[in-house]
Amino acid sequence: MAAPMLRWGCRGRRWALAWVDGGSCHRRGAPTGSTSNRIRGQSSLAQQPLRTAQKPRKGEHKWAAVVGLEIHAQISSNSKLFSGSQVRFSAPPNSLVSFFDASLPGTLPVLNRRCVEAAVMTGLALNCHINKKSLFDRKHYFYADLPAGYQITQQRLPIAVNGSLTYGISAGKERGQVIPKTVRVKQIQLEQDSGKSLHDDLRSQTLVDLNRAEGQLRVDANVSVHHPGEPLGVRTEVKNLNSLRFLAKAIDYEIQRQISELENGGEILNETRSFHEKLGCTVSMRDKEAKQDYRFMPEPNLPPLLLYDATSLPTDADPQQVINIDQIREMLPELPSVTRERLVQQYGMLPEHSFTLLNEVGLLEFFQNVIKETRAEPKKVTSWVLNIFLGYLKQENLAVSESPVTPSALAELLDLLDSRTISSSAAKQVFEELWKREGKTPGQIVSEKQLELMQDRGALEQFCYSVMKDHPQVVMDVKKGNPRAINKLIGLVRKATLNRADPAVIKEILEKQLSL
Amino acid sequence: MWARALWLGLRAPLGGPRCFTSKTDPQGSGRITAEVIEHLERLALVDFGSREAVARLEKAIAFADLLRAVDTDGVEPMESVLEDRCLYLRSDNVVEGNCADELLQNSHRVVEEYFVAPPGNIPLPKLDEQEPFPHS
Repeated sequence: MAAPMLRWGCRGRRWALAWVDGGSCHRRGAPTGSTSNRIRGQSSLAQQPLRTAQKPRKGEHKWAAVVGLEIHAQISSNSKLFSGSQVRFSAPPNSLVSFFDASLPGTLPVLNRRCVEAAVMTGLALNCHINKKSLFDRKHYFYADLPAGYQITQQRLPIAVNGSLTYGISAGKERGQVIPKTVRVKQIQLEQDSGKSLHDDLRSQTLVDLNRAEGQLRVDANVSVHHPGEPLGVRTEVKNLNSLRFLAKAIDYEIQRQISELENGGEILNETRSFHEKLGCTVSMRDKEAKQDYRFMPEPNLPPLLLYDATSLPTDADPQQVINIDQIREMLPELPSVTRERLVQQYGMLPEHSFTLLNEVGLLEFFQNVIKETRAEPKKVTSWVLNIFLGYLKQENLAVSESPVTPSALAELLDLLDSRTISSSAAKQVFEELWKREGKTPGQIVSEKQLELMQDRGALEQFCYSVMKDHPQVVMDVKKGNPRAINKLIGLVRKATLNRADPAVIKEILEKQLSL
Repeated sequence: MWARALWLGLRAPLGGPRCFTSKTDPQGSGRITAEVIEHLERLALVDFGSREAVARLEKAIAFADLLRAVDTDGVEPMESVLEDRCLYLRSDNVVEGNCADELLQNSHRVVEEYFVAPPGNIPLPKLDEQEPFPHS
């Protein structure tokens, strides 16, 4: 049955699909109609360093797993890819549907310029080669939420190919060590999405809403295993992956399943499997019927999509009707890898920190606003933002935009800390108060709670002296050379001063008084 | 483009048309197997309900096979008859939609503004479960 198709060819009319290749390329196990040669041709790329999925068992051949991800990402636009219907969440069923979206006879697709720009921008950001000519095709299958009986996609010649994405993983023994890795992007294509099906098993019916499909970001994984040096194995496609955690789990399971199957003399079928979240395994979705054949054909209603650059742009062209790749390249914002590098250089932070700053929405902006307003060292700001601020956010599951503490408030707090007006522990106390949203500034909290550090050195010396007098045994331990004894003294002085003394200064005074 | 391809074809050495066996013609006898019919019926949801329909299909394939007589070596395939046209780019504005009532009128069954369809994809009965019918 076309159950696999339910999640595959989803419509929404403004999608880009990226083929991301983890290690080497995939060989499609069985040809799918006339397009098989082209798919295989694209798949058999040059040798890539193979990654072993796991430690080999004793006395057996090493196995290498090959993983390819198929990512469906919805383009952010006002209207759909091929029609002028609105793109919006939570609208009444079928209210965002035009005659074309309902596949009424005689309607034609009209390409949305914004979607093409988005696809080109994505291709450029992922270091792809942008095809100046790309083509649209029809991919046929039957499902209730695909009323046309086909999906318009870019199977033969997509808009962008051969890209890459560099990312970092935290590994290695040193703290903050990030190992850079690169994954290849096979292609990026524009395609329609399907509608949404609600299955009513009780009444044996399916309710169809053609507004849009579910999910702004969906992933399917293609997995195969083989022995290094030998040809690629048969791949399976795994669907129903609803989180990164499940994606990882499903891929791990599938790799193991395939290895076990092959080691027991079985064979891997080129099939679609569904990931079962509760059981943590993949289950075959194929039915006993004939294999799916999508009968790809060129979309007869759409001419080739032509893109231009500064050199090839026709001079008399209507600017609304041409897309200039170079112009779009200039519109690209600073890419994350460049930003991260800049943060490391400019603020001396660990690469690991730069990743964290960029991975949380709004956090980088927050950080930069604090830096702007405070005198404190960037390293101090980094530490406070990434450890304390982020920690509080995560504890209450808040986004940066929902934070009770503004960049200005944190900047003021860090200034108080930097000027040694308050101690580090007092600062944390103030932060906790700020989080309560009582509208007080750090300065106000400090005065109300009397958290200012003692500035009177004489008084502090007096405290130190009396503590030492009251604890002669500890003083003896210090003089004997016990390194921890002095901390005990410091603690006692702190308690005596109601925590209003800087431990570093206490230590200094004690050491002086003890003539150490 | 067609004219040029045909001209090249006619200029080809007298080897006659190339000898291809179409996928549907493994025995080279121009007959189509029951399996292929079953496969096509599932893919296209048509019903080759009679021997005549299958014969018509065979004739259609033979007619299309004449194309193979043309020598297309070194000739770029035409992807679209629209290849010289410009692909019109629409501005990203919302100009349609909001006609659920009209659209739902087309549906035989409707439940609260949803189109109603039968559950999932119901597989066609297998060949041997169908009424006996002489395919070949």
